[in-house]
Amino acid sequence: MSKIELSIGPNFFNWSNEKLVDFYARVADEAPVERVYIGEVICGKRMPFNDKVWPEIYERLTNAGKTVVFSTIALPVTMRDRKSINALSADCELVEANDIASVHKRSGEPFVGGPFLNIYNEQTAKVLINLGMETFCPPVELPIKSVEAIAQALPDLTIELFAFGRLPLAVSGRCYHARAHKLHKDNCQFICDRDLDGMDVTTLDDQKFLAANGIQTLSHSVQAITLGRDELLTKGVGRLRLSPHDIDMIAIAEIYRDLVDGKIESAEAVARLQTQQLPGALANGYVTGKPGHLWEAD
Amino acid sequence: MLGQRNDNNPSLELVCPAGTPAALKAAAEAGAHSIYCGLRNETNARNFPGLNFSEKELNAGVRLAHKHGSHVLVAVNTFARAGDTHIWKRAVDAVSASGADAIIAADIAVLDYAQEKHPNLRLHLSVQAAAATPESISFYQDTFGVQRVVLPRVMSVEEIVKLNKEVTVETEVFVFGGLCVMTEGRCALSSYATGKSPNLTGVCSPPGDVSYDEDGSNLYARLGGFTIDGFGEGETAGYPTLCKGRFKAEGETSYLFEDPVSLNAASLLPRLQKAGVTAVKIEGRQRGKAYISQVVKAFRAAVDAMDAGGNAEEEVSAMLSAMTEGGRETTGAYKKIWR
Repeated sequence: MSKIELSIGPNFFNWSNEKLVDFYARVADEAPVERVYIGEVICGKRMPFNDKVWPEIYERLTNAGKTVVFSTIALPVTMRDRKSINALSADCELVEANDIASVHKRSGEPFVGGPFLNIYNEQTAKVLINLGMETFCPPVELPIKSVEAIAQALPDLTIELFAFGRLPLAVSGRCYHARAHKLHKDNCQFICDRDLDGMDVTTLDDQKFLAANGIQTLSHSVQAITLGRDELLTKGVGRLRLSPHDIDMIAIAEIYRDLVDGKIESAEAVARLQTQQLPGALANGYVTGKPGHLWEAD
Repeated sequence: MLGQRNDNNPSLELVCPAGTPAALKAAAEAGAHSIYCGLRNETNARNFPGLNFSEKELNAGVRLAHKHGSHVLVAVNTFARAGDTHIWKRAVDAVSASGADAIIAADIAVLDYAQEKHPNLRLHLSVQAAAATPESISFYQDTFGVQRVVLPRVMSVEEIVKLNKEVTVETEVFVFGGLCVMTEGRCALSSYATGKSPNLTGVCSPPGDVSYDEDGSNLYARLGGFTIDGFGEGETAGYPTLCKGRFKAEGETSYLFEDPVSLNAASLLPRLQKAGVTAVKIEGRQRGKAYISQVVKAFRAAVDAMDAGGNAEEEVSAMLSAMTEGGRETTGAYKKIWR
């Protein structure tokens, strides 16, 4: 019987080093997941701070038996961003490429194709497999129908769905945290550290809509793919990715563990997710090719 | 041949949009060095009703443009849908058969197919591929033989200068028209609200998902049910492009992502030329022929004035002042303060 794995995706938010160390220590000790992605993927300006703790976090997770993957930055611009991609891609055993620069620097060594890469079809995936891609986390807007078509064409590729967390929708040259606080990116005062799950963005008539995280824009809602074990296997999904939030991620991982082990059905997973302190309402519209904010059960 | 303007002299190549055969004719007559367009289907990122070219129209368009000495660049720049990649392959074949001078693509599947099946077809990397560093650009150059890269609108002029020193491909930058605030090809905001997006379906904030709803004396412009902007009495209601809306954050209401402005980097043409940019691009395949004609003439005059040692900024601002009146403009990310 095939097993579906779980992973903790890279943290998008500007958490303090202390919080990062605590978070990953708990993941190492308690989270029923096989794999953990670490590293700064959103803003190169945060790197001089959190660079200091990644080696310690890597060791802690590895000692706990987790597979640890270094995720590279999604929108490299500065020399620091580029050097970080080059160093991680050249030196690390396992790397997630979130920009094509990382694929290039990988020179054929195995890599994970991250959700920030534009892999929308089997032909693109095939070219990247020939360049070393082993695992593929599809762009969040890709419907499950397309994921299934890719899986069918490329049965050896591990497909990892972005199953839980605010959806990473866009990146920009501009920092929205800085802009909202009337600052500029070059003098941002690292103000994004105030919002541990992103800064709420609502419409003029108070609909909860988006969340800003520095140069990144996320959904306000929380993606929750809760397809059952058999359905995931049929569609060729090998792993579910849970994106870190400032909530009880161990409890979230336990819910998904039970779901992918076939111990609970989708409805029970949803009911248990809804008892958690989530930063937004549940959403899963993208799965069926509908607007991403929709929740199909409604 | 394309690109040779830069090899022999430093003149900027002016790349102009054409959403229809009439606009293509207008652009060619107005002096566009190159004209870009797309086929009438989901293979291009301006997949709007009433726009774009049938294969037959493309063939005729290429002939007409060549007669005027203009090059034709065809955008097949969306990401092929899994299981349906034949539609994109067919588009590449059609571009090659038309005699167009280059294809503009973003999807690795499309680049791979074009390189393999049509090795003589010139490849330009679309802005939708978001290649902003020498490493990413080298990937596309080394893997697919890409000869020109359209740079993402997130870079400052200083960064473009540095980049051009490190790459051997030609670079093309947007200088006028609509402005994406988010990195192109890396934005799913539109599909989050409507299910349709540039990467999935070649559209952003599509008209079919727009509604204008009155509430007392206010008018709300909505997209997929989300209020993107509101207008009081006497205010002109704008189109609800998602990233140009008014939202609330930190207790304040503002155009959080970007004001409803359009890009005008005409004043930066000399600096862009000095930065080693090969071509400057005007956005607007959705625009009518009168607009195209006017903007192309203005920019062509500016480029010619620069070649003659004159002042490009004065040329352009004089010619465009009439048409941009009321509309607000920005030089975007080219000036670092934008960030």
